[in-house]
Formats: sequence, structure tokens, C-alpha cells
Amino acid sequence: MSELVNTSTPQNWYLLLSTLLFSIGVMGVLIRRNAIIILMCIELMLNSVNLLLVSFSAYAGNTDGQVFVFFIMVVAAAEVAVGLALLVSIYRNLGSTDIDVLSKLKG
Amino acid sequence: MTSDIVFFLLAAISVFTALMVVFSKSPIYSVMWLIACFFSIAGHYVMLNAQFLAIVHIIVYAGAIMVLMLFTVMLLNLNKESEPHKSILSKSIGIITGGMLFLVLLAAMRSTQLGPYSAPETTDVGFVQKVGMKLFTDYLLPFEMTSVLFIAAMIGSVVLAKKERNI
Amino acid sequence: MEQFIQPINLIAPSLWVPLLPLLGFFLLTFFGKQLKSAGPWIASLLVLGSFLLSVYLFVNLGNKQSLDYDVFTWMHWGEVSLNFGFLIDPLSLIMLLVITGIGFLIHLYSIGYMHHDEGFVRFFSYLNLFIFFMLLLVMGNSYLIMFIGWEGVGLCSYLLIGFWYTNDAYNDAAKKAFIMNRIGDLGFLLGMFFMLFYLGGLDFATVLSNAAEFEKGAPLLVVITLLLFVGAMGKSAQLPLYTWLPDAMAGPTPVSALIHAATMVTAGIYMIVRSNILFSLAPFTLEVVMWVGVATSLFAAIIGIKQNDIKKVLAYSTVSQLGLMFAALGLGAYTSGMFHVVTHAFFKALLFLGAGSVIHAMGGEQDMRRMGGLWKYIKVTAITFLIATLAISGIFPFAGFFSKDEILAAAFHHKIVWVLLSVSSMITAFYMFRLFFLTFFTSFRGTEEEKHHLHESPWTMTLPLAILSLFAIGAGFLGMPAVMHMPHWFNGFLAPVVETSKSILGEAHHVDHNTEIMLMLLATALAVTSIVIAYVFYVSRKTVPEPDTETKGLAKWVAKKFYIDELYNAVFVKPMMVLSDVFHVVIDKLVIDLFVNASAWMVGFTGRTLRLVQTGNTGFYLFIMVFAMMVLLLIQLVQ
Repeated sequence: MSELVNTSTPQNWYLLLSTLLFSIGVMGVLIRRNAIIILMCIELMLNSVNLLLVSFSAYAGNTDGQVFVFFIMVVAAAEVAVGLALLVSIYRNLGSTDIDVLSKLKG
Repeated sequence: MTSDIVFFLLAAISVFTALMVVFSKSPIYSVMWLIACFFSIAGHYVMLNAQFLAIVHIIVYAGAIMVLMLFTVMLLNLNKESEPHKSILSKSIGIITGGMLFLVLLAAMRSTQLGPYSAPETTDVGFVQKVGMKLFTDYLLPFEMTSVLFIAAMIGSVVLAKKERNI
Repeated sequence: MEQFIQPINLIAPSLWVPLLPLLGFFLLTFFGKQLKSAGPWIASLLVLGSFLLSVYLFVNLGNKQSLDYDVFTWMHWGEVSLNFGFLIDPLSLIMLLVITGIGFLIHLYSIGYMHHDEGFVRFFSYLNLFIFFMLLLVMGNSYLIMFIGWEGVGLCSYLLIGFWYTNDAYNDAAKKAFIMNRIGDLGFLLGMFFMLFYLGGLDFATVLSNAAEFEKGAPLLVVITLLLFVGAMGKSAQLPLYTWLPDAMAGPTPVSALIHAATMVTAGIYMIVRSNILFSLAPFTLEVVMWVGVATSLFAAIIGIKQNDIKKVLAYSTVSQLGLMFAALGLGAYTSGMFHVVTHAFFKALLFLGAGSVIHAMGGEQDMRRMGGLWKYIKVTAITFLIATLAISGIFPFAGFFSKDEILAAAFHHKIVWVLLSVSSMITAFYMFRLFFLTFFTSFRGTEEEKHHLHESPWTMTLPLAILSLFAIGAGFLGMPAVMHMPHWFNGFLAPVVETSKSILGEAHHVDHNTEIMLMLLATALAVTSIVIAYVFYVSRKTVPEPDTETKGLAKWVAKKFYIDELYNAVFVKPMMVLSDVFHVVIDKLVIDLFVNASAWMVGFTGRTLRLVQTGNTGFYLFIMVFAMMVLLLIQLVQ
């Protein structure tokens, strides 16, 4: 095994893949009304970025990128915990997780 | 060449499952598809020599976060297909915007100059030992900070999710 | 002028002279409640401290040296720099002694006079502030510092006239004094601007030395001096800006004595004497000053005859005496004018304090028609009052005789002025004795209750009266007329201040000794005649001035002060009111309100419109966010 990473797959492919995943996440945020799905789409976007970071780490040949991914996971976990708690609270008060119901901020 | 095939296979699975997350009717299915998506991403990690991260990814996402999501979905009894949907117009606007964002990002990616590939000296770049060393030397302070973040998130979520009592 | 040696070690004491009253003001303002009845005593002692320091300066400086130093540079641009500095020369010294000396006595007097008042402490804090500003006025080494003091005393005058601020009429009097003074101050201010532009600065040394380079009668100097004189007219209550002074009697009597008789109103005279070189170089202005002085003196004296309020009579008498002083200045007899300022300060303060004592005894009654026969009830007051009345009437050997005689002698070469001033002083003697006889002679005309209440004032009030009466007798001997072959100490002391003017104006018209004696005898004879007439009218025939409603004809004109106030009201105040109403309706309501309301409406409109963006739809927000992100990226990319 002379090559540690399959350099035959150019890094551009990883860029393309993570961009695609990110865009799908954004699309999901825009077209769905269920808050829990939106939360999942955000996770998807975070993961696309993670993927990008790992690929950079691999192609640059150091570990720093992976450490960043580690921290992003930490943040994502915290975010999900708080976000779900908020959802539960909203559901308890409004009986729905539909974001269109959340229009109390109307000016 | 096998690695190419493996990459494209995994990439296809990732994109397909991601699309299914967005377009499936029931939240339960969305969660399931998302778990599948995360597994495929973990496969990418292994391909990219980040073995420790792949394991952590599965444990944290599939094992913890998605289970939490699943519990929430069930707890809120959202497993209904009667979930309200947006109008076709706003859906198509969303899709078009997402697509345009994709194009713009792509254009941005194309205009970047990627650095040359530098091969690592050892094969254990992504092993626990290496990542751990990095984490507990160069990134010690941020690492400790994450614990504070977790404490805050934990307390916050408990307070938020708690049944409000009349004070 | 030779360069005086600066006695450095006197700078510190001279700084403390104004600082002590200022300290008193702050003490009383912030800790008045805690100090309780000690407060007024502290205030008085601080003024006494100032007086002792002034005496110290006086003894050490004499008239051979003067102290001129800058405390700090206030503003500086180009070649002009405005410094905050003090000048202590013979003129300032005289004023310092008068202000702090009489100021202390009046503080002492006020302790007795005001102790029933609820604003007891406030009164003393204002008095201290006044003393501070007055000292600033006479100690400043530039017109700027003088102007600060000038405005400051105006403020204190306002505060003290309106001291009993619950009475609307008193407030109006205070406002009137303030606004009339403002008119004069505008003149002073314009004069200062002229000096700044054309004479290269505001400090006395620069201005006076630069002015000396102009030829006599230069238009610029005439304009500056006329403007300065307008300022003096306001502050020293000359025609046509005198009407505030009689109204200012609304303030407590010690205030009238201190501010409106002894010190503040003489600020105009001080200012002219201070800038005597300027005035000497502008003969036209001197002429104006003289005629205004003569007219005021006569006019106010005539009004004084028919006044029945004891303080109003004294107020008109003050205006009249100030006119006399201005006439002296206009004749170029600066030192005589200052001499009269000093003697007048003593006997007029004494008169006011005596009147205060009478009012105190009468329980607040000021109308002379309700007094009478007070001689046996309040002896000390009556005797001191008699001394002061003799002094103001110009009877030998009281103080007024010497100073008034000097002015009349200076006016002798100018026959019309001499005649008018003699008439004025004769009338003065008449109405002063009318006042005296009506108050202290014949029998008591008030109610039984008032008669029961009659009592001599406490020692804090009678002691100042006694001290002042000593000065009212003795102050005249500071300036002996030439005929008595004694040195004229006062003129000698002030000589350094006016020596330049002397050379400009040439040697004064000296009357020979025989004429002088004749003049003195004539003046005394006229005064005595007036006194006798007054005696016949008000003691022998026991005439009591009729009630206001029964006054008729010319007498009514006089009693109503020639309707000057009404005239001013009709000519200035009413049109001003109408103009304000017009502006209120047209400019304010139509134009300004339009702009203000339009801008408010614009803000409201944009707010209402932009508010629609805030739909409250979370999905919409997300969409906008993504879209904006995209646009930003795109911009980044295109660049």
C-alpha cells in the first residue's frame, strides 16, 4: 500500500459531494414546515461540512481538520439537545411543530 | 480502481438518502433515511483514513443524536402523514433557491485553488492516539471549553423541556 | 507709566479675597441645613475675612504699587490671548474696601433683619455669591473678567430682588431688573467686541495703551465709549434705563442697601473710571455722559418728592445721586465721582438700613403716611438716620457735603450744569427731610396694634447703623477741599489711575478760593432752605401726603413717575407681545410645526411600511436568509 489515500479520486469529487449535500439540506429547510425535519436538515448540512473538513485533512496530510470535525460534532450534539428541548416546549404550548404557526413575531 | 467504485457507490447512497430525508412524508422515515445517510458518510471517513472519527461519528450521530430525534418524534406523536405541507409555489421557490445556492457554491469551489497533495509519513493519521495527542496538546483549551458548553446545553435543555409549573 | 514692581507675596492674599465669599456660597448652599443658625455667622465672618485681607492689601500696596497678574490663560488665538487675571491698583483697593466693609456690615445687619425668614440661609448664600461676583468685577484685570462679574452681580440682583419668589409682583420686578440690565449689557458686550477687533485685546493694560495712540475724538473711541456707557446706563440705572431700580426695592431691605445703593449700581461708575483714558479721548461721549447724568439727577429727584413708600424715595434718591456721579465723570472729574461713590455708599447704605430698621419696627409697613413720631420709640435708628439724611443733603461737616461740593465746584465753569445740579441737590435735601420728618416727627398715624409692636432693633442691626453713621460723618474728611489747606487724601490716592487722563484733558478748571467758599455757603444755604421748607410743611403744618386717589394735576404726573413705565409698556412691551403672538401663530405654528410634524410623520410612515416585512412567517425569514447568503456569495464571487 504505497498510497495512504486513494488519490485516484480527486478531491474535487469530495467538494462536489459535500456541496450537493449542503444544498439538499438547504432545500429541505426551505420546503419543509415540520420543525423536526428542519432540525435534521441542519444536521445534514453540518455533516456535509464535516465531510469537507475530513477530506481536506486527508489531502493535506495532518490531523487538524479531524479535530475541527470533533468540535463540530460537539456543537451539533449540544444544538440538537437544546433544539429538541425547545421543540418539546413549543409542542406542549402550541400543540404543533409547524413553523408557520410560530408567527408571534409579526410586526 | 476499487476505491473509485467504492467512493461513487457511497456518494450515490449519500445523495439518495439525503434526498429521501427531505422528501419522505413521515418524520419517522426521514429519521431512518438520515441514519442511513450518516452511515454512508462514516464510510467516506474510513476511505479518507479517519477511522477514529468514523467510529465517533456513528456513536454520536447514529447512536445518540438520531435516537434522541426518534424518541422526540415518537414522544410528540408526529408519526402521522397528515403533516401540513407547503404550497407547490413555495416548494418550487425553495427548490429553485436551493439549486441556485448549489450553483453559486459550485462556482465558488471551482474558483478555489487546491493545495498540492502532501502524503503523511505514517498510516495512523486518523487513529485514536494521533487525534488524542492533537486534542490534548494543541487544542486543550477548546476541548475543555466544550465541556462547559455541554453543561450549559444540558441544563438548558432540562429547563426548557421541563413541564412548566405555575409559579 | 513706570513699571511697578510686582509684590509677589501679596498674590496669595489677593486671591483669597474673592475666594472666601465663594467658599461661603458653596458652604451655605450645600451644607446650609446642617449648619443651622451658624451658617449666616460663617457667611458674615468670611466676608469679614475678605475685608481684613483687603485692609492688608491696602496697607501693603498703597498707591505706589499695583498688583497685576494672570491666574491662567483662558483662550488664546492668533496674537490675542484672554487671560483670567487680577489687577489690584488704588481704584480696585478703594472699591474692595467699600464692598467688603459695607458688605460685612450688611451681612451682620441681615442676621438681625432676616432671622424670621424661612429663606434665612438661602439669603446669605446669595449675598455671599454677590460679594464674590462684585469682587471679581472690581478685581479683574480685563474687561472680560469685569464682564463676568458684571453678569454675575446681575444674576445675584435678580435672585435677591425675587427673593420672596411666591409673590408674582416681586418676580416681575426681578425680571424687569434682569432684562433692563440685559439691554445695557448688550452695549457693554458690543463695546468689548470692538475693543477685541481694533484695540487688540481686552485686558486694561493693552486696551488703554493702544487707545492712547489714537488722536483725541477718534470715531472708533467714541463708538466704544458710547457702547460702554450704554452698559453703565443699564447697571447704574441712568435715563432711560433707570426704571428697574425703583422696582428692585421689592427685595429685602439689606439687599437694597448692599446691591442697589452701595455697590452694584456703582459698577457703571467704576467701569468708566477704570477706562478713563478711553473716555477722556472721546470728548463727545463725555458730553453725553454729563448730560445724561444731569438729566437723571434732576428727573429722579423730582419724582422723589411725591413718593410715599419709604424705600421708593430712597431708590429715586439713589438714581439721582448716581446721576450726580455720572455728571462728575462727564465733567472729567473722575476722582470726584469716585469720592462721591464712596461717601454715597456709606450714607445711602445707612439710609437703607435705617429704613429697614423702621420697617422692622413697623412690622413690614413701608408707607410713610402710616408712620410718624417714631423718634421716641426707636432712638438709635432715628439718630443714625438723621446723620445720613444730613449727609445726603450736603450739610457741613457730613460726608455728602465734601463730595457733593467737589462735584459742584467742578461743574462751576459750566453754568447750566451747575445750576441744574444745584437745583437737584436742593430738591434732594427737601425730599430727604420730607421723608425724615414724616417718619420720625409729629405723631404716630398707624394702628394701635402697630404702635404696640414698635421696638428698637437688636444689636446686630443697630451696630452696623452706628458704624456706618461714623463713616457718614467722617468719610468726607478723606477729601478736604483746597480752601481748608489740608491734603486731599482721596485725590492723591487715586492720582496714578487718572494721571494719563489729566494730561489729555488738560488742567482742570480751578475755582479760586473765594469762589469756592461762596459756592459752599450757597450750597449749604440752599440745603438749609429746603430743610426749613420741609419743616414748615411736614412738622409745623403737620401736612400728611394725601391718599393716592386724591392726587391731581401735575402732582399726579410726578407721583406716577411721569408715566414712564406706562410709556415703556406701550412703546416696547406691547408691540413686542404682539410681535411674539404673530411669530407664535405664523412662524411657530405654521412653519416650524410643519417641519417638525412632517419629519415625525415621515418616520412614522417608513416605520409602518417597513413593518410589513416582518411577517412573522419563519419560513419566509429562512428563505430571505438563504437568499441573502447566496447574494453575498455571488457578490464575493463576481469581485
